[in-house]
Amino acid sequence: MARKLLLEHINVPGINTFDVYRSKGGYAAVEKALKTMSSDDVVEEVKKSGLRGRGGAGFPTGMKWSFLAKPEGVARYLVCNADESEPGTFKDRYLMTYIPHLLIEGMIVASYALGAKTSYIYVRGEMMPQIRILEKAIAEAKNKGFLGRNILGSGYDLELYVQPGGGAYICGEETALLESLEGKRGNPRIKPPFPAIAGLYGCPTVVNNVESIAAVVPIINEGGEEYAKVGIGRSTGTKLISAGGNVKNPGVYEIDLGLPVEEFLYSEEYCGGIANGKRLKAVVAGGSSVPILPANLFMKTITGEPRLMSYESLAEGGFVSGTMMGSGGFIAFDEDQCIVRNTWNFARFYHHESCGQCSPCREGTGWMEKVLHRLEYGHGKMSDMDLLVDVSKKIEGNTICPLGDAAAWPVASAIRHFRDEFEWHVTNGAEAVTRNYGIAHYADPLPKVEAV
Amino acid sequence: MKVTIDGISVEVEAGTSILNAARIIGGEIVPPAMCYYSKLEGSGGKCRTCLVKVSKGSEKDPRPMPKLVASCRTAVMDGMEVQNITSPEVIEARKGIVEMLLINHPLDCPICDQAGECDLQNLGYEHGAAKTRYEFDRRTFDKIDIGDKIQLHMTRCILCYRCVFTADQITNHREHGILNRGDHSEISTYIQKAVDNDFSGNVIDVCPVGALTDKTFRFKNRVWFTRPVEAHRDCSHENCKGKVTLWYKGEDVLRVTARKDVYGEVEDFICNECRFDKKKTADWVIEGPRKVSNQSVISSNHYDTLKPLPVVKTNLVLKEANQEQFERETRL
Repeated sequence: MARKLLLEHINVPGINTFDVYRSKGGYAAVEKALKTMSSDDVVEEVKKSGLRGRGGAGFPTGMKWSFLAKPEGVARYLVCNADESEPGTFKDRYLMTYIPHLLIEGMIVASYALGAKTSYIYVRGEMMPQIRILEKAIAEAKNKGFLGRNILGSGYDLELYVQPGGGAYICGEETALLESLEGKRGNPRIKPPFPAIAGLYGCPTVVNNVESIAAVVPIINEGGEEYAKVGIGRSTGTKLISAGGNVKNPGVYEIDLGLPVEEFLYSEEYCGGIANGKRLKAVVAGGSSVPILPANLFMKTITGEPRLMSYESLAEGGFVSGTMMGSGGFIAFDEDQCIVRNTWNFARFYHHESCGQCSPCREGTGWMEKVLHRLEYGHGKMSDMDLLVDVSKKIEGNTICPLGDAAAWPVASAIRHFRDEFEWHVTNGAEAVTRNYGIAHYADPLPKVEAV
Repeated sequence: MKVTIDGISVEVEAGTSILNAARIIGGEIVPPAMCYYSKLEGSGGKCRTCLVKVSKGSEKDPRPMPKLVASCRTAVMDGMEVQNITSPEVIEARKGIVEMLLINHPLDCPICDQAGECDLQNLGYEHGAAKTRYEFDRRTFDKIDIGDKIQLHMTRCILCYRCVFTADQITNHREHGILNRGDHSEISTYIQKAVDNDFSGNVIDVCPVGALTDKTFRFKNRVWFTRPVEAHRDCSHENCKGKVTLWYKGEDVLRVTARKDVYGEVEDFICNECRFDKKKTADWVIEGPRKVSNQSVISSNHYDTLKPLPVVKTNLVLKEANQEQFERETRL
């Protein structure tokens, strides 16, 4: 069994309270960082660890921190992005519910590293219980002198606030989050300037995912190099995966990056295989916005290598035959699931959540949803597939923020890999409403790549 | 700073946007802009019609930019090379965006007061496709009344945010904004309050489509039947210079607007008194007829030029600048 870095004590009763968390070695990272390290040392340690952003993009966290502008006399901010709303992803909510002090501890260390005197945790509006939990945890930490003025006598002051959002998916985009935090309409900003130069209230700001910030704690406790030994290649450390869909044991799992997907999906330690003895048809590997893959392409890359749970291996093959790590929202579909319906459902979500600021996304997401709805209910045309691919191409890359790309990718990839099923929905319109296409050839072994 | 757009070089100041550099060159290579408005701070970047390809980032870092960029919000770098109408990728993307802008537009030009001076109409003619592939019902909104001077047709709106910026920056206080999200977002006032302050009429001029029109001119006439005349008056309002265009039909002033330049941007914002209340020739000092571009439909009833309207456009400067590329590609 692999070592857990984040969720080691998750099953200890009362770990959500300060005292139990402290007795299990909690807040040691704060003591170590504030008493023995300078803020640059902390940044250096995170850089050494090779930690990559856990929110979806996978940008190296240490690099992001070192880009932060540090002009004299201007406040700097750290904002934790807890606006987790990607369909299929629920790891941050799990972490905040059961082990809130890990996030608080990470926030203190990260704020210290960045020199932020005020930090915010921006929590999605629907997560009211988690907001209460975090507020309670902050009050406890403040009582014990880990927050507020002169933390542990080091002369470092930090105020930590929890800010509920309004429940919009778009506010998970970092600049929209900052707009929302400033009290404005959550529209993404046009970049440049990037938040590292002008973010919250025009000041240099770093926005990090909950899991990235929590991962700072084991990095400081054990050292960046030690952390980098876990994982594979440039994907270092552990990752929380929210497994859902038709798996036997859905839930949040902490895995070492580089775990073979087959082991993750079928071993009893993790997902335990597909529920009810069914067969796997397709997988969305990293939350709704990453390309969907049929079972055969997901288990093995196009070159026949077994796929691993790592940033590189999942992306192997690019958009043609690969997918992405994303935020770790692992959704498995069994043979009874309809890919057209699922694609329509995702498109509906993006249509609903588009902010309406820039035209390709505002109009295109609605258009795709309507075409997919027509296909799902058996009124589609053969030309609809090409239309969808064309519309998704017109959206992709032409929008202000990545929501346009996120809306386009699942549609484009579903048509690329499951075109037969879409065509069946057109040719057998009446049948498509009553039964599903089934697994077809999507789990068949891949054809051998011919040597050139 | 030197920037090259479609092979034509120009020296501009640092911090100039690609769009403004293109406007300095002028002509066909200027990307269309539906939401950018040079007089409104923070505008632009939303409609995406001005997307261009940066084929060389700068002298220092010659890598091309990975995606198409919004030219209105991207500052030039020294030695930057930009492709607008010479890049098939840009033309294709722009065509897609025009299609997107039109899928929920009601296309009620025959009954729209903006027809003939509508930026979206022009954009559709120049960059769009003749047919749409959209086969669904167009989005509609409940009508709201925002006062007795300004007519709001939300169905025509393309959400350029220009009127929101105008209300923010030109008028004393902001009375309207955007409600809701996605393709159901709408320009509205809080609890149907009327928009009423001295400069509110300017939202009509900045609107690129017929979403905000002049109620006092509503259904009076088509713009191409009216004759624009430049005039001014000594306006008592501190922020209004009183320089306007009067739109005549026979002896009557049907409408008063601010003076717009070739890019459809007003030269000076005018107050509501000038716009809505002074509709007699006696109120104004006439300067003379306003020059209307002979490519505009508004000039169709003006016979001050004997030359026929241009149909085939030839741009010698553009041809010259891209001769090398043209020869290379036609040789194959």
